[in-house]
Amino acid sequence: MAETTYLDANELVINMGPQHPATHGVLRVKLNLDGERVMGSECVIGYLHRGVEKIAENRTYAQFAPYTDRMDYVAAVTNGMGYVEAVEKLLGVEIPSRAQYTRMILAELQRIASHLLWLGTHALDLGAMTPVFYTFREREEILKILEKYCGARLTTHAFRIGGLQYDLYDGFEREVVAFCDYFMPKIDEYEQLLTTNRIWVNRTRKIGVLSGEDAIAMGVTGPVLRGSGVKWDIRKAQPYEAYDQVEFDIPIGEHGDTYDRYLVRVQEMRQAVRIIRQCVERLAPGPIFGKVGKVIKPPVGEVYHSIEAPKGELGYFVVSDGSTNPYRVRVRPPSLINLQAFDMMARGHLVADIVAIIGTLDIVLGEVDR
Amino acid sequence: MLNEYGPILIFMAIAAAFPLVTLWIMKFIRPKFNPTAEKVMPYECGITPESDARGRYTVRFYIIAILFVVFDVETIYLFPWAVQYQVLGLYGLVEMLVFLGVLIVGYIWIWKRGALDWI
Amino acid sequence: MLENAFNVVMAHPLLLAVIKILIVFAVLSGIVAYLVYMERKVLAFMQARLGPMRVGPWGLLQPIADGLKLLLKEDIIPAGADKFVFLLAPAISVLAAFTVFAVIPFAGNFYISDINIGLLFILGVSSLGIYGIILGGWSSNSHYPLLGALRSSAQLVSYEVAAGMALVGVLLISNSLSMVEIVNRQQQMGVWNVFLQPLAFVIYVIAAVAETNRNPFDLPEAESELTAGFHTEYSGFRFALYFMAEYTNMVLVSCIAVTLFLGGWLRPFSSVHALDFLRWAPPVSLVGAAVFILWLGLQSRVPLERYFFVALALGCVAVGVIISYPLILNAVQGIFWFGVKVLAFLYAFIWYRATFPRYRYDQLMNVGWRWMIPLALANLIVTAVVRYLLSAHTPASPVAWLLR
Repeated sequence: MAETTYLDANELVINMGPQHPATHGVLRVKLNLDGERVMGSECVIGYLHRGVEKIAENRTYAQFAPYTDRMDYVAAVTNGMGYVEAVEKLLGVEIPSRAQYTRMILAELQRIASHLLWLGTHALDLGAMTPVFYTFREREEILKILEKYCGARLTTHAFRIGGLQYDLYDGFEREVVAFCDYFMPKIDEYEQLLTTNRIWVNRTRKIGVLSGEDAIAMGVTGPVLRGSGVKWDIRKAQPYEAYDQVEFDIPIGEHGDTYDRYLVRVQEMRQAVRIIRQCVERLAPGPIFGKVGKVIKPPVGEVYHSIEAPKGELGYFVVSDGSTNPYRVRVRPPSLINLQAFDMMARGHLVADIVAIIGTLDIVLGEVDR
Repeated sequence: MLNEYGPILIFMAIAAAFPLVTLWIMKFIRPKFNPTAEKVMPYECGITPESDARGRYTVRFYIIAILFVVFDVETIYLFPWAVQYQVLGLYGLVEMLVFLGVLIVGYIWIWKRGALDWI
Repeated sequence: MLENAFNVVMAHPLLLAVIKILIVFAVLSGIVAYLVYMERKVLAFMQARLGPMRVGPWGLLQPIADGLKLLLKEDIIPAGADKFVFLLAPAISVLAAFTVFAVIPFAGNFYISDINIGLLFILGVSSLGIYGIILGGWSSNSHYPLLGALRSSAQLVSYEVAAGMALVGVLLISNSLSMVEIVNRQQQMGVWNVFLQPLAFVIYVIAAVAETNRNPFDLPEAESELTAGFHTEYSGFRFALYFMAEYTNMVLVSCIAVTLFLGGWLRPFSSVHALDFLRWAPPVSLVGAAVFILWLGLQSRVPLERYFFVALALGCVAVGVIISYPLILNAVQGIFWFGVKVLAFLYAFIWYRATFPRYRYDQLMNVGWRWMIPLALANLIVTAVVRYLLSAHTPASPVAWLLR
């Protein structure tokens, strides 16, 4: 990614990562510094490569589903959702409305959880120590709901191809609404700590600016794209599940800097709560599983299906040769594509801003390396 | 003299002895230093360092150091003046205002020249 | 026999000084160790968690466990390090941080030495701490420590200029460099310097936070950028020394701020006799602490912990009763108020850490050079001019009477 002309011996070459507290996993960034100014950067990835896509070829469609949770492990629900929907599209099955709304509720809860984790760690990277404990406190409530639903907190494997394996437990709706009521004032609390904090604004304004055109050119998606002022959200543009039946806004930023992306994500949490409330109202008793046979054998063909994961567009390209195993699965992870914009955003900034920029991209290395 | 500075010297001696003596005593208790190539490698996030650390670094640090000398010496001049302020009267005030005036002109100059711009 | 020993001590001032030094040294080490505990606890409570709870009741033995662990660790010297400097650097930091306490008046009746250049001594010796940092960073022969050390020293010298200029404002009022004299002056005036030099106070506090490398100015050890800054390569007891130096410095700048601006060992409103009942504050607060400890202890389900807390509470009450004895009550006044003020300062230090994000390095330098220094200069000039006008021409004005 970096131009090799910058690898000049006179400049200080410094390694950030793979073992560094602020690279959110095992990202390695080679920085060419002039003083403390970044003249060029090179992301070295692959420290967490596990060959997830290759594994898919030796597993049945159903067997592969849990593996998807291990990619973006802080948003396992949405990862699984993207995969099961892609296979459903390949099979051409409709899933019942109760299953759809359940999926949406859990996916939006997961979006909040993912954004909470991002907010806490991003603030911690910039030296604000306290928000991380507050956000993890709220995230815990979400994880409790997930655990009660499917027995797992992190790698949930919440959905099955064709619908849901489990119906909702008693009191699910009540607990989710209670969480929403509890959570809304907490967002204000985070904003009190950060939004108008002078140091926070100084550290994030005009840092890692990505114009709308650049953002589209680099292919970034999700909050990073919307922070640059591009109103693009797959939930609106290509609605899946029942997103076309709920009301929500797409928050966008103005300047495309780190501060705007922060505001966008905070607003997205509010919108997610709004979606969850509507979904809970529309949950009606009914079947939770569509017409899918015991053995999943899709017809020969290929499908690309993408959803709006917390971090951006998560796409699955699945090719079927008519057997029980997928012929090829290709994942379009939002983190990897968003990371492409890193060098463009980092140039000319200081070392300290690198931390802010890695943070604002909200990457998860499990997803980048797969 | 001895009554005032003696205790300070003793204090210094104790403060200096404390870390060194403790480090020495602990030598008999703690595990022996057992170097391996990985253990003694300088930390660079798990990557073998590519260049010597004691290379060149940005000139800003030198500029800050030079500015510091100018301002700190000037502050030291202010200390006796402030203590004797009552005695010096108007003469002292004007004298120091002239001195500070020169300093402020210099300060504005370095500001305009961009010496205070970090990076 | 006891009287004999007392006479011997009194006859040899140096012997008395040694005893005082040992007391100060021991107490200070304890305070520094438990300051870490206090920081962890206060931060924890601000962050909706409990902090250390496992080692001893309410984690009270945590600092001891930590200290022992660090003492018993292998002493690692990285390859390419300058061994002698690598050893010396943390010792310099500790030496600089501790030595300054020799001239801090903890109370009107308790200080190690009162020299007539006290403030100058403080500024000089505490600046030596920079050597510890830069030598430590340089001798490690590693990128992160070196960058951390350079940043740290540039930051320290930048804020030292502002702090020094702010202190000149105080000197203009007190006309003495002796720490004891500065406090006495505040007693004579009946006003703490903070009310006469509010701007200087603010500048000094900000500079003090920066000089101790604390949030929001903790860039030298910005763990998300430079991992641990200048002491990245340090481990075991040498690391503990740096750690100690940092926390000692925190106590130190709090002591200096209290002495120079907040009336040192003086009681609040010490010239208002209607508030004389405040001299009962030491025993009353001890009893209050006892009640709190008792309440805490009774919540514990572990019998041993309950006994411990009850014993601690009884101990507090006992000490409270002892110091209610008039002679002792008067003797502890100074040290009590000094301690309370320093504690408030330290609490604020921890509070900042829980609240603020971290400045970026250029922003930090900007604040130091473009805001603090001009403000300190302005404060200095205005103080000098006002002081001159008041003392020369309008001696009848009430402010002049205050400043006289």
